[in-house]
Amino acid sequence: MSDDLEDLYQDIILDHNRRPRNSHEMVDSTHNAEGVNPLCGDEITVYLKLLDEKIEDISFKGQGCAISQASASLMTEIIKGLSLPDVRKQSDILQKLLITDEDNPNALFEYGNLAALSGVRKFPARIKCASLAWHALEAALQGKTSITTEDE
Amino acid sequence: MPDTPFEVEVVRRDFPILATQVREKKLCYLDNAASTQKPRAVIDRLQEFYSRENANIHRGVHHLGELATDAYHDARKTVAKFLNAKSDKQVIFTRGTTESINLVATSWGRANLQKGDQILLTAMEHHANIVPWQLIAEQTGAVIKVIPTNDRAELDLDAYDQLLGEHTRILAICHISNSLGTLNPIKEIIAKAKAMGVTTLVDGAQGAPHLGADVQDLNCDFYAFSGHKIYGPTGIGILYGNQEIMENMPPYQGGGDMIQRVSFEKTTYKGLPERFEAGTPNIAGAAGLAAAIKYLGQFNQADIKAHESALLEYALGQLEDIDGITLYTKAVARTGVVSFNLEGVHAHDIATILDREGVAIRAGNHCTQPLMKTLGVPATARTSFALYNTKEEIDTLAASIIKARQLFK
Repeated sequence: MSDDLEDLYQDIILDHNRRPRNSHEMVDSTHNAEGVNPLCGDEITVYLKLLDEKIEDISFKGQGCAISQASASLMTEIIKGLSLPDVRKQSDILQKLLITDEDNPNALFEYGNLAALSGVRKFPARIKCASLAWHALEAALQGKTSITTEDE
Repeated sequence: MPDTPFEVEVVRRDFPILATQVREKKLCYLDNAASTQKPRAVIDRLQEFYSRENANIHRGVHHLGELATDAYHDARKTVAKFLNAKSDKQVIFTRGTTESINLVATSWGRANLQKGDQILLTAMEHHANIVPWQLIAEQTGAVIKVIPTNDRAELDLDAYDQLLGEHTRILAICHISNSLGTLNPIKEIIAKAKAMGVTTLVDGAQGAPHLGADVQDLNCDFYAFSGHKIYGPTGIGILYGNQEIMENMPPYQGGGDMIQRVSFEKTTYKGLPERFEAGTPNIAGAAGLAAAIKYLGQFNQADIKAHESALLEYALGQLEDIDGITLYTKAVARTGVVSFNLEGVHAHDIATILDREGVAIRAGNHCTQPLMKTLGVPATARTSFALYNTKEEIDTLAASIIKARQLFK
């Protein structure tokens, strides 16, 4: 197995794919939006309960590849309880680690659990899979109900 | 007559890209339903055209203008012969199958469809043979009806008999399903439609490369295929049409080359085929497509078919034993494609892992979302074969799928 593949499918990714966290619909959400990648068919709906500018609760539901599922699952774990400015910071970190072209020895320190997605950058075709849930989150926060990766 | 014996190892040497490597792994190209690789004869023809013959056609009285015009006309003759068309005039150059179908839906549709008319499609059509019809249905008030499939993803011919009725105006159907490899009995299906006075269109994007196409034998009114799926260049395709029907169709696009006389008061159009070829066409692409057809023509069609069928059956045999695999290619009559899923591993992850082994396949809905819905899956992994593929490549494929399975265990 190539090193790149092991970087992509790290244990934490495979674990979140097999047992996605916070994967359910939320009937009393204050915000929700669906993210669709029409090229590959991945669909993820993100549900939020926003209270006093804070993510009180978050969940997701959808289907797709291991990367999009694990990324969504990780996202819900990371941002639950965060204030909106802190959510923005995490979103920026994800964007940064998906496009950076050098290995960062301080990755875990700097990126936290999101570092598990750093292997994606060697697979350009899969970057949209990793960012899909985050786009849906962004759309939900902006009051939109859907977003597709092809509108970027 | 074709006289070159078919030997796959010799054939492979004609395709330079097959000798390249993917991250130090041997390239194992199994995405031929998406696009085929090109033989040296096609690559050389493109280079030769641009090096020695390039100019615009039908305009220059100069030497190069004549060479380019000749190349373009010769290409049309080659395609007409390949299709067994009665006349070169019936062969229109387009950008590909998609544009060919859009041309018919738009031009024929505008002139022939009215409110309440029915357009008959099948559940296994590519989006290119669905969306153009939806667009014209919206404009004319025509209605789309769909022939369903059975649990082997074969067309339900009893349902077809029921659906074919007095309101049916056109039947548009693929020869081979690009997603599953189902081979439709189109000759029989067309005969029934013709008996009811229904116009017929065959999407031959997958059929032409693997089965050839005899439009007189099929007796279809329209036949569409793409250059790049038949070992030719991208950006060139063909629409064959019934001459009488096409002569009564309004132009599709307006512009240079398709007109007789233009004034701001009134413009008159040329006859076939120029009427449907506005603007400067893909001249080099046409020459390249003709080179591809000539390349294929050196072999016996039956030899190619036998080779590709043997690959398909070998692949089905190798794959069906893999733990957790579901095969979707189940039709009795089938060719060229194996579609599958692996329990617990999404098709995109399979494709990524296989790519690291040098194996190129397609993952996704294959531009057939309605068909995926009937299968109850969002996506499949698809391998598709061409004349240069080998059993060894299928062994590599099977071993790579097992690796994917292990990684996700």
